Amino acid sequence: MRVRFDGVEVEAEEGQTVAGVLLAKGIRSWRTTRGGDRPRGLFCGIGVCFDCLVSVNGVPDVRACQRVVAEGDEIRTQAGAELPS
Amino acid sequence: MRRIVVIGAGPAGMAAASAAALHGVEVVLVDAGAKLGGQYFRQDALAPGDRFKLPSNVEHVANAAVWAIEPVDGGHRVHLRVGPADGPARRGRAVEARALVLATGAYDRALPFPGWDLPGVYTAGAAQALAKGQGVAVGDRVVVGGTGPFLLPVAASLIGVGARVVEVAEANAAVTGWLVNPVGALAGWSKSGELVRHAGTLARHRVPYRSRTAVIEAHGSECVESVTVARLDALWNPVPGSERRLEADAVTVGFGFTPQLELALAARCRVEDGFVVVDAAQGTSAPGVFAAGELTGIGGADLAASEGTVAGAAAAKFVGAAVEPPVRAMARVRSGRRFAAALNAAYPVRSGWHDWLRDDTIVCRCEEVTKRALFRAVDERDVGGVRSLKLVSGAGLGLCQGRVCGRNVAELVGVDGTGFAKRPIASPIRLAELAEEEPVETPVDAEESGRALGVEY
Repeated sequence: MRVRFDGVEVEAEEGQTVAGVLLAKGIRSWRTTRGGDRPRGLFCGIGVCFDCLVSVNGVPDVRACQRVVAEGDEIRTQAGAELPS
Repeated sequence: MRRIVVIGAGPAGMAAASAAALHGVEVVLVDAGAKLGGQYFRQDALAPGDRFKLPSNVEHVANAAVWAIEPVDGGHRVHLRVGPADGPARRGRAVEARALVLATGAYDRALPFPGWDLPGVYTAGAAQALAKGQGVAVGDRVVVGGTGPFLLPVAASLIGVGARVVEVAEANAAVTGWLVNPVGALAGWSKSGELVRHAGTLARHRVPYRSRTAVIEAHGSECVESVTVARLDALWNPVPGSERRLEADAVTVGFGFTPQLELALAARCRVEDGFVVVDAAQGTSAPGVFAAGELTGIGGADLAASEGTVAGAAAAKFVGAAVEPPVRAMARVRSGRRFAAALNAAYPVRSGWHDWLRDDTIVCRCEEVTKRALFRAVDERDVGGVRSLKLVSGAGLGLCQGRVCGRNVAELVGVDGTGFAKRPIASPIRLAELAEEEPVETPVDAEESGRALGVEY
């Protein structure tokens, strides 16, 4: 299947999580923090820490380690605290 | 038909569901994952099917977030959002039952150190989950740090998905010491063989395994580029002059585990020393609420499964099934707890880590609270406990609700950290989800037995 990350088409497989797709492509960070504008990516990997937040199909604050990708998902880097678009 | 709800489909929850189902009870088994197994038996998410098969009277509700447990007359109501994680397509569902088994497990404890907020620093569990579940290595050159036997399977998993493990840094004494010479309290521990195999994998790949060593700093601008490891003294203070710089693009840390307590606290179970107190039947202080696995003490998968078997049988009995006491599982629980106690005593966390931090080191990742800000807040205001600590410092107020920083921050300022797990909303949900009306499923036996349950009766 195909998904897009920041507008670029990326190959993905059934069962992969957003974090799985991005890490397999060597992408380590997909969010910046609200306060210090620092890069963040995966940390706990099991849905506990909420560090790996990403925007999926216009909805921010989705845990990349928990969300399983679906065909055509539009994944975007999340900058600080975002409102749903 | 009688019904119970089991929360968590790891070793403890699967065993509890099976045990209750074998006694003729309907089981609703709720889990956050897509497949059964939890963390320990995490399955390859890319492979089709499920390697576990549960009895037909177990309904496995996958991809479900339990966001609240509410006491109702005669039992509890469990509130779920079911569907793709954190998205608007999740559906609400509420299931009531007279008996619950909580098997929510545990997650890695990560101690803070300068640079631990850089991308490329992961918990040991993250490396394990990505390797086992997604077939991905979290880095090309990985340093594995922390304490306890769990570091060995993590390093072996990383090697298995093609990473080069630069070094394993064990902050306490070497696991390999008692593996080679298994005497004393850990002689006969069922996991020894598995660990010997992992140690063999490390040896074949010439991975240095160093005891009394820790990663005390990660370096890099946007991502981890190298780490500093140092020898530790008995209290985990870095030995001056022992620092070494290792080139690595990832580091994993795991200093034991923290139980997922919020649902147990919501169900008003008594917690002592950070764990749910249970009796010989895995019953908690809350009538009809049973707990099994890491919630009751960190003890690994075998002990968790034995506790689950006992809890499932006890819950079935509680809702009226005819149950023979599961004496064999109860005996396994007793011996398992002896090994767990010996293991936990061998891998303590020493206070020297407090000095790994610098003033500008972040202690709360969500709210970006530094050590300096934490101590300034505590010095200027009266902090009597977790609630005031959160309010004056901001630590633990972010999205993870103190799951990551709670224990560390509580230890740094010297308060009891259990309060960090008091979360009326157990997992973050969107306001629209909270506002939505959800169908409530009352137990099918409620009317037959004439017992009131839920506000509908």
